Amino acid sequence: MTITETLAPAQTRGLVEITEVHKSFGALHVLRGVSLTVEPGAVTAILGPSGSGKSTLLRTINHLEKVDSGYVAIDGSLVGYKKRGNSLHELREKDILKQRTEIGMVFQNFNLFGHLTALENVVEAPVVAQGKTKAQARRRGLELLERVGLKDKAHAYPRQLSGGQQQRVAIARALALDPKILLFDEPTSALDPELVNEVLDVIRELATSGTTLIIVTHEMGFARDVADTVVFMDQGQIVESGTPAELFANPHEARTKAFFSKIIEPAFNI
Amino acid sequence: MSTAPTELAPSATETNESSPDPQAVASPAGPHGSSVPPASVPPTPGAARAVADYSGYKVVAAKHPWRWVGTIVVALGVVAILFSLATNPRWEWDVVAQWFTAESVIRGLGETLKLTVISGVLGFVLGFILALMRLSASPLLVSVSWTFSWIFRSTPLLVQMLLWYNLGYLYEKISLGIPFTSVQFFEVQTTTLISQFAAAILGLTLNQAAYSAEIIRGGILSVDQGQLEAASALGIPAWRRSTRIVLPQAMRSILPTAFNEIIGLVKGTSIVYVLAYSELFYTVQVIYNRTQQVLPLLLVATLWYIVITSVLSVFQYYIERHFAKGAVRTLPQTPLQKAKKFFTLRTTAKDLR
Repeated sequence: MTITETLAPAQTRGLVEITEVHKSFGALHVLRGVSLTVEPGAVTAILGPSGSGKSTLLRTINHLEKVDSGYVAIDGSLVGYKKRGNSLHELREKDILKQRTEIGMVFQNFNLFGHLTALENVVEAPVVAQGKTKAQARRRGLELLERVGLKDKAHAYPRQLSGGQQQRVAIARALALDPKILLFDEPTSALDPELVNEVLDVIRELATSGTTLIIVTHEMGFARDVADTVVFMDQGQIVESGTPAELFANPHEARTKAFFSKIIEPAFNI
Repeated sequence: MSTAPTELAPSATETNESSPDPQAVASPAGPHGSSVPPASVPPTPGAARAVADYSGYKVVAAKHPWRWVGTIVVALGVVAILFSLATNPRWEWDVVAQWFTAESVIRGLGETLKLTVISGVLGFVLGFILALMRLSASPLLVSVSWTFSWIFRSTPLLVQMLLWYNLGYLYEKISLGIPFTSVQFFEVQTTTLISQFAAAILGLTLNQAAYSAEIIRGGILSVDQGQLEAASALGIPAWRRSTRIVLPQAMRSILPTAFNEIIGLVKGTSIVYVLAYSELFYTVQVIYNRTQQVLPLLLVATLWYIVITSVLSVFQYYIERHFAKGAVRTLPQTPLQKAKKFFTLRTTAKDLR
C-alpha cells in the first residue's frame, strides 16, 4: 500500500471549517471567535497553555459541546445544525449521532467501557450505530487491534491493560467507524513517559493514512515531527498558526514566543 | 492454654527485638522453654558487621494468643446457645417439624414468594424508569419523579395498603375515556378491580419503586461521565447508552443495596396481613390463634424466611460476581471452586503418598 493510493480517495473527504466560534460556560468565555480550516487528510496539532480552550474547540467539532455562535462544518455540511431558509435548526439526537460516526474521538482518560473486553469495545459502535453484522464488525475489530499491535489482548478487559495499551484500544475503537476525521484530546497526557511513545507511534502511522487528524497535545517534539500545521491557542483565541518549521523556529507573536521558550527546550531534550 | 507460653518463647527469642535476654521470656515455660533458644540461635551473630546475614534463620509467624482466647470464648458461647436450643423442650421442635411442611404453610410460602417476585420485578422496572426521569433534562419529568419518591417514601406502607384496598370507598367506579368529554371506553366497579391481591401488589410495587429509584439513580451517578461521553462520541443511541454502557457498570453499586431491599421485601410482604391476605406470616398467625402454639409457629415462619434469604444471598454472590467482570483484574474464586481445588489437592497429595 503506497501513500498515494490511500491519499487519493481521502482527499475528497474530511475538510473541517470552523468559523467565528464562541462558547461560554456561565461567565467564563472559553472560545472567543475561533476560525480554523483544516484541509482533508491534513494533520493539525493544537498547542497552548491549560485553559486556553483547546479541548473545548475540539469538542465543538463533534458537537459534544454546542457552540453559542459561529459554526463548524465538515465537508460543507454543518455540524449539529441544518440550514433552513434564514435559520439554523438544531438537529435531532438521531442525526447528530449519525454525524458523529464520521468523527472519531480519542480521550485523555481513554474512556474505554470497563465492563467490555477490548474487542467488545471496538465492535460495539459499528454494530449499533452503523448496522454492521457482528461477524463483520469482529473481523474488522481484530484487524484494527492487530494494527495497533494488540491482537493478543482482544479478550482482555481494560483494567487488565496498561495505560498505553488502553489508549491504543481506544484508537482502534475510534477507527472502527471508519471516520473521516479523528480528534485526539491530549491522548498521552494520562500516560507514563515510557508509554507515551507506543501511542504516538500509532498516531504517527495514522498520519500517513489520509484521515484528517486534529490533535490537542503537549508533546512539542511529536507535533513538530508529525503535524502539517501547528496552531497555538491562548485565552480562547488562535494566536497564530503555521507549519511546524515556521512556528517553532520563528514565532511572530510575543505570547507564542513566551510559551515556547518555557516549554520547547525541555521537550526537545527528551 | 498450656501451649501458649511455649509458643511465645521461641518467637520472642528469635526476633530478638523486644527483649535482649531470651532467658527472661523463656523462664515461665520452665526447663522446656530454656532448651529451645540455643538450637535456633545461629553461632556468632557478629555484632560489628555492617550487613547481617539472616539466611540461616527460620521465619516464624507472629503468634496471637488473645485471638485464640477470644475464639474459644465465642465457640463456647455458640455451643451453649445451640445446646439450649436443642434441649429446651419449650421450643417445641416437634411442633415446628409438624407444621414446617404443612400444606397451608407451603401455600402461604408460595403466596409470599409470588408477592415478592411480582412486586420486586415491577418495583425495580418502575424504579429504573423513575431514575431515568429524575436524571433527564426535562424539569417536569424530574419533578414528577421526585414527587413520586417523596410521597411514597413519606407515607407508611400500612396506610398505602389500606388506601389501595379501600379505593372503592373513595372512587366507586374507575373508567377509561377521554377527559372532559363524555367518551368512555370502559367503566368498572373499583371493588371488583382492586382485589386483595391487586391492592397488595399495588402497594408493595409502588413503595418498592420509590426506594429502588433512588438506589438505581445512585448507581447511575457512580458511573464516570466519560463513559457516556465516549458512547455519544461513537454515535451510540441514548437508550443503548443507558442499558448497555451505564447500567451494567452501575450494577456493581446497585446490587448490594438492591438485595438488601429484596430481602427486606420478602419479610415486608408480611404487612399484607392488614388485607387478610394469606401469605406465610398471616397463615402462621391463623394457625397459632387456633392451636395456641405461638412460638413454634413463629419459628416455622422464621425458618422459611431464613431459607429464602439464604437462597437469595447465594444468588446475590453470583450476580455480583457476574457484574464484577472487568471491574477487578482477576475474579476471586467462588467457594465451590475453592472447595474443588482443596479436594483435588488432597487427592493428588494422597496419590503421591
